[in-house]
Amino acid sequence: MSWTSLSDFLDMGGYGFYVWGSYVVFLVCIAGEIIMVFNRKRTLLKHLSLIHQSTKQEKRNETAS
Amino acid sequence: MAINWFKYSSPASFYFLAGKMIPFFSIAAVALCVAGLYIGFFVAPTDFQQGEAYRIIFIHVPAAWMSMFLYVIMAVWSGIGLAFNTRLSSMVATAIAPTGAMFTFLALWTGALWGKPMWGTWWVWDARLTSELILLFLYIGFMSLQAAIDDPRRADRAGAMIALVGVVNVPIIYFSVKWWNTLHQGASVSLTQSPKMATTMLTGMLIMSLACWMYAIAMVLIRTRAIILERERHTAWVGELQGAAG
Repeated sequence: MSWTSLSDFLDMGGYGFYVWGSYVVFLVCIAGEIIMVFNRKRTLLKHLSLIHQSTKQEKRNETAS
Repeated sequence: MAINWFKYSSPASFYFLAGKMIPFFSIAAVALCVAGLYIGFFVAPTDFQQGEAYRIIFIHVPAAWMSMFLYVIMAVWSGIGLAFNTRLSSMVATAIAPTGAMFTFLALWTGALWGKPMWGTWWVWDARLTSELILLFLYIGFMSLQAAIDDPRRADRAGAMIALVGVVNVPIIYFSVKWWNTLHQGASVSLTQSPKMATTMLTGMLIMSLACWMYAIAMVLIRTRAIILERERHTAWVGELQGAAG
């Protein structure tokens, strides 16, 4: 291991800004993509269940009338 | 045992198969990422020329590789969708584009942050960097074109044209460091030469690449499932699925 302390690790031999700037943006992008994909799925499922409920309602109305 | 592969070209069958595969790829992605980063930061030695700045390699090279691989895979599925009129192939191509664009952006971003301390500049208009930027525009073009067309089948065909025409850019990116005199260094890993870097550095980089593969597959499967539901929402099987869930 090339690190003696946490501050040594964060300093990255003077290149901390560049190394962590890369890794932080990498993680943010991946986290962002995961959140976006799950949001899309959630909205979609909500939308689909609304459609499903309304079709059930329509059928019920048809049989009632 | 005879497996009917065509069964899975139906969006409904694929939806359930993909659902079973997603946990496997997600767990593999997390495990490989932890292992790769551990090797990258705690096992791999300091580079004698670049100091610690080289540690960007563990995400830069995987991101750049994924940006090219995903584009080729997207073009292949688009082409299959165009040639055989298979709906699922085009849906997979559409699902690949955002992940591919993200990896292209990350390759450029991490490259800029690596270029500044090593070359003294964030950006140069050299062959490797410029062709990678064109790749990002191709992904964005593919996505915006598909988003602009309402009819999904027409959007598939239009997108396939961009994907197929743009695929010529991928060998240009890959060979740019050989064909032109560029600032960017040559290929990190080559099949014909022994690796130029320490084994632990190479191991960390390859494990991170595998992690990115697993992540990309999981993301594409999840997104494909969402696209399937969006496009097949009026079919009986989606209705049944909702009936069972709600």
